[in-house]
Amino acid sequence: MTLRIGSGSAWWGDRISPAEANAARGDIDYLCFETMAEATISTAQVRKRRDPDFPGYDTYLDDRFRAVLPHCLKRGTKIVSNQGWINPLGAARHVKAIARELGYPDLKVAAVSGSLITDKMDQLTGTVIETGGSLDEIRGEIVSAEAYMGADPIVEALAAGADVVITGRVADPSLFLAPMMYEFGWTREQAELIARGSGIGHLMECGAQVTGGYFVDPGYKDVPDPWDLAFPIAEVESNGDCVITKLDGTGGAVNRRTVLEQMFYEVHDPANYITPDSVVDFTTSDVEELGNDRVRVRNIGGRDRTPTLKVSVAVKEGFVGEDMFFYAGPGCLEKAKLAERVLRERFKIVNLQAEELRIDFLGVNAIHGAASPAIDYEPNEVAVRVAVRAKTRAEAEKAGREVDGMAVSGLGSTGKRVPHGERVREVIGVWSMLVDRDLVRPQIDFA
Amino acid sequence: MRVPVRAIAHSRSGDKGNTCNITVIAYEQDFYEVLKEQVTEEALKAHYAGVITGKVTRYAVDRLGVLNFVCEGALGGGVSRSLCLDNYGKSLASRILSLEVEVPERFANRLRRGQAA
Repeated sequence: MTLRIGSGSAWWGDRISPAEANAARGDIDYLCFETMAEATISTAQVRKRRDPDFPGYDTYLDDRFRAVLPHCLKRGTKIVSNQGWINPLGAARHVKAIARELGYPDLKVAAVSGSLITDKMDQLTGTVIETGGSLDEIRGEIVSAEAYMGADPIVEALAAGADVVITGRVADPSLFLAPMMYEFGWTREQAELIARGSGIGHLMECGAQVTGGYFVDPGYKDVPDPWDLAFPIAEVESNGDCVITKLDGTGGAVNRRTVLEQMFYEVHDPANYITPDSVVDFTTSDVEELGNDRVRVRNIGGRDRTPTLKVSVAVKEGFVGEDMFFYAGPGCLEKAKLAERVLRERFKIVNLQAEELRIDFLGVNAIHGAASPAIDYEPNEVAVRVAVRAKTRAEAEKAGREVDGMAVSGLGSTGKRVPHGERVREVIGVWSMLVDRDLVRPQIDFA
Repeated sequence: MRVPVRAIAHSRSGDKGNTCNITVIAYEQDFYEVLKEQVTEEALKAHYAGVITGKVTRYAVDRLGVLNFVCEGALGGGVSRSLCLDNYGKSLASRILSLEVEVPERFANRLRRGQAA
């Protein structure tokens, strides 16, 4: 039996039409959605306190399910998704309501919660990985603590008959591993198979990043129709061999290069890639192009999971304020340099209390910073970007207020954005710890 | 002959906290030997001077022709704290493509050059 698993999203803001295409034409057994970034949970917690009406799950949950669910119901495609954020059961109920509307009142929708362990903060007595110290030494107000759960509770929900499983924080590869464990009956004793499945999950978790997204370098590394990228489909065998591919008739590409770039994306030691389910070894992999946007991946290695789970502790640390303004034409770079001087003097005059101040010239050094090569030409345009990190919102706002001042009190031909959007954001720092698995108790509820 | 890394390899970067990984992948296995010899931890760190402030560790995966560099202190304190415009460091990987390396003349007709798309 070949299990066909499709990707439905790689992050919250991802496109929806490729998910719909996979559901409609991919002949897939499972569709998996990944919608969280590192700060998703903590940001949702902060928002929930400010706005009690915020339901606490993916803000595109309704759009995504209305796009894919009719096709999934027709084909019998099951869905695994981490769109539950801080309210998996609420998300599951919402999906259940959509299914009812579509004439499927019996659809079984499970919620997996238990990743939020903010109420167990007193039991987080270990070491903060980044600092080597204890949690007590961390400055700022703690917003949340969340554990990265593995595939087990999803497998359990599927075994209990779920057609749709909506989770809180689960490690991204685990979303894709769970269907393999359930369908192939892989047990924890088969650690190498589970590692292989986790590795495949890693190839899939970033969606289009394996089908030609985050990839093109024009003239060097091109893909067809980069405006019409598909999300990937994995064809997995019970021994953990797989083919990564995509829908016919879509843009992008699946080849050795796209697969290798994704294999090492966000990986540190490639022989020891740790997930809640496994320690994956990518260095033993065989990656073979079969043609027609099909790449066979075999022999991903690995071993059994570690005794701990990773916990992210989110802390309110202050605020960042930023804005920008522009110069063009003759002398624009000289103006940008003088404008930087003006700003630095202004910040002294208004007594800015910044923890860090950064002024960039877009088009010159804003992206590669100090490592940018010196330029020996006059650019036609330069944008001056100012960013300030401060303890209080009022101090962070000074960045934008001084940029406002550049409008009529600045240099000649200063261009500005008026009106501007939100110029201050809250800094929520994330610290990592390892905890015993016993501390995290996954809970499964049916909507 | 001296060529930029871009002629023989492609790259991608990813973030985890304040650490960025930069993967350099040889277009052909022959090219990998050049990368392995010349794109060292020291060479990469020097090419990102002022941006990567911490330790750089290189993992060489011979079987796949891949070098993976784990760069600590590369993301301005981490995604949320960072004042970098590109706070995820998504664009950091392209910088390594401008590093110059020495390649044998026999590679000349296999080097990548910018061809019109």
